Amino acid sequence: MTTDQTDQARGLPADREQVDREQQVLDRIDRARRRRPRVREERITMSHGAGGKATQTLIEAIFLDTFRNPLLEELEDSARLRLGGSRVALTTDSYVVAPLFFPGGDIGDLAVNGTVNDLSVAGATPLYLSAGFILEEGFPVADLTRVVRSMRDAADAAGVSVVTGDTKVVQKGKADGCYINTAGVGLIERDVTLGVATARPGDAIIVSGPIGDHGVTIMLARGELDIEADVSSDTAPLNGLAAALLDAVPGTRAMRDATRGGVATILNEIARAADVGVLATEDDIPVRAEVRGACELLGIDPMYVACEGRMVAVVPGGDAVRAVSALRAHPLGEQAAVIGRVTAEQPGIVQLRTSFGGTRIVDLLVGDPLPRIC
Amino acid sequence: MRYVDEFRDADKAHALAARIAALCEPGRQYKFMEVCGGHTHTIYKHGLEDYLPESITLVHGPGCPVCVIPMGRVDDAIHLAAQPDVIMTSFGDMMRVPGSNGSFFDAKAQGTDIRMVYSPLDSLKIARQNPDKRVVFMAIGFETTAPSTAMTMLRAAAEGLRNFSVFCNHVTIVPAIKAILDSPDLRLDGFIGPGHVSTVIGCRPYEFIARDYGKPVVVAGFEPLDILGSIYMLMLQLAEGRCEIENQYSRVVPWNGNPVALKAIGETMELRPYFEWRGLGFISHSALRVRDKYASFDAELSFQVPGVRVADPKACQCGEVLKGVLKPWECKVFGTACTPETPIGTCMVSPEGACAAYYNYGRMNRRRVLEVVQVSGS
Repeated sequence: MTTDQTDQARGLPADREQVDREQQVLDRIDRARRRRPRVREERITMSHGAGGKATQTLIEAIFLDTFRNPLLEELEDSARLRLGGSRVALTTDSYVVAPLFFPGGDIGDLAVNGTVNDLSVAGATPLYLSAGFILEEGFPVADLTRVVRSMRDAADAAGVSVVTGDTKVVQKGKADGCYINTAGVGLIERDVTLGVATARPGDAIIVSGPIGDHGVTIMLARGELDIEADVSSDTAPLNGLAAALLDAVPGTRAMRDATRGGVATILNEIARAADVGVLATEDDIPVRAEVRGACELLGIDPMYVACEGRMVAVVPGGDAVRAVSALRAHPLGEQAAVIGRVTAEQPGIVQLRTSFGGTRIVDLLVGDPLPRIC
Repeated sequence: MRYVDEFRDADKAHALAARIAALCEPGRQYKFMEVCGGHTHTIYKHGLEDYLPESITLVHGPGCPVCVIPMGRVDDAIHLAAQPDVIMTSFGDMMRVPGSNGSFFDAKAQGTDIRMVYSPLDSLKIARQNPDKRVVFMAIGFETTAPSTAMTMLRAAAEGLRNFSVFCNHVTIVPAIKAILDSPDLRLDGFIGPGHVSTVIGCRPYEFIARDYGKPVVVAGFEPLDILGSIYMLMLQLAEGRCEIENQYSRVVPWNGNPVALKAIGETMELRPYFEWRGLGFISHSALRVRDKYASFDAELSFQVPGVRVADPKACQCGEVLKGVLKPWECKVFGTACTPETPIGTCMVSPEGACAAYYNYGRMNRRRVLEVVQVSGS
């Protein structure tokens, strides 16, 4: 078939002039998106913390711009440092989840697992954690004990120790019960330099299990929605799983834990950092029926919903089968699946082949996913 | 997942697409307007246009509740929210809509108490929990959401709640469709009728469209196969020379609507003489206000509302987009000055807005996409 016949069969506009005009607009938008980011707002809004575009702009325009150095510029989940003769990964993360206790976990194990995971996806063996607590006046000591015990249990499970810490108490109303910051260091013993910028056309993109469990659990646990579903947080340490993948596929290009902003955000980070296209297939993305149902009701796309025990990995296309079997052999990766491929087309853009059989793009989220009204 | 997957079946979509293509007369161009923003969202989210032949164009209509709110009303709402002891409550969609001095989100960042709710009944809950505060609900939407506002006022009245009121911005769909039909800029072959609005008002209010304007209407559901099915029904009507109001969404939409919901609206609200629509200007009898009987729940009476009319930014072509005259990408500021992060126009804010739907889901060269899909074989 000629291109025109193909176009007609596939329902493309025959009006070349219009297609060209639209393409010019798309190119102009692409240029606008590549411009240096600038925070236009005068004050911080909730969008700046939601993991989407506003967060990215804030990080790049304020933090990266001010602290600029080669280690930070990589914008990976951990910084990779050389200390003496060793390669070390260093990361930090703060936890402000509400409610503090939710099905499947609490702020304590989240604070340990989150930092363990940031180290793990850098290819490091997590070793030591710090813990900083900001406590609100009036916070029940019994709750604090419970949180700290679950931190200890999570640390034991991940094989790390909490070796230093800090405590601050603020007046009632100045915080919401308990906030935790953890930082962690790990040793990179393998000869790998993982990073989404190394993704190449032909690579496979893998997710280690069903997505969106944590985010939906938290939304429902807040009790504002009057929706009940049998879901619990997927919070878990990923060090075992990440090591299993690296053992099976030493040429793994990148790993990311799919927290705030969900899998969609990571796919966009891959497309942007490596200047490649990403083509994902909706049918291949594992989502639990309960999570999908809740997301449908709320008008939210599970691809943007946070996970706390799932990672996205980029591996060379030829290693995809081996990578998936290695992940599936681990208890946390039983439902691992290839969800997409890296392409050379339309660099910077993530496209999704929908279950319905159409195509669309998957962009970074602007702010928190806002529920649609009708 | 039941009740979802069967409406997203790709095999059925292929079959339906083939039947639609077979109905296209050679050389003829077809233009259908999907009135409802929910449909626009579905079309882009599922990539439905990939199934349509080149001769069928979908034109996005005005049925996006957030998109039609004029800037002045946003300013009024923010003014209300800033009054002492006021808690403003709003649907999430509304939070980013720009007024002339920022959005609800911006006002919230400056300390104004604005809370997102999923239902006006949640506002009532907040009112009960905060007896020393005055809780205002920012009521927006077509007949779809008006009944829940009405039921909330009825419940507030029954409970004798005195610290709750509604800033009523409810609009009605028929005058908007009429404005489009009367607009000289646009030639349409038919309408994909709004689904959720019709669950309340039924299909009868559209009869004038077929009778007086000679355009067929098919009321459609919100899953992609619903929309593809309604396009097939429209094409069949045209092929058979019929011009009727049909109901593709009969699993939810009764022909005569929902009498209980209509009664609740009628009890608590009445038509305004006129109301300003973003981009469309003033349309008479196109919106609802709180009836005198429920005046104590009318925020426009309980508070001083500035009510200043604010002209849309000059560069913004939302009106043309809402009327379907311009495609989103044809607007001068689309995607560069006006983006979902920094919207100038309302169509870029709501996920149901045509510009936001195109920007977030459709901003790509379909030709290249399909080539990639073919090559990778996925």
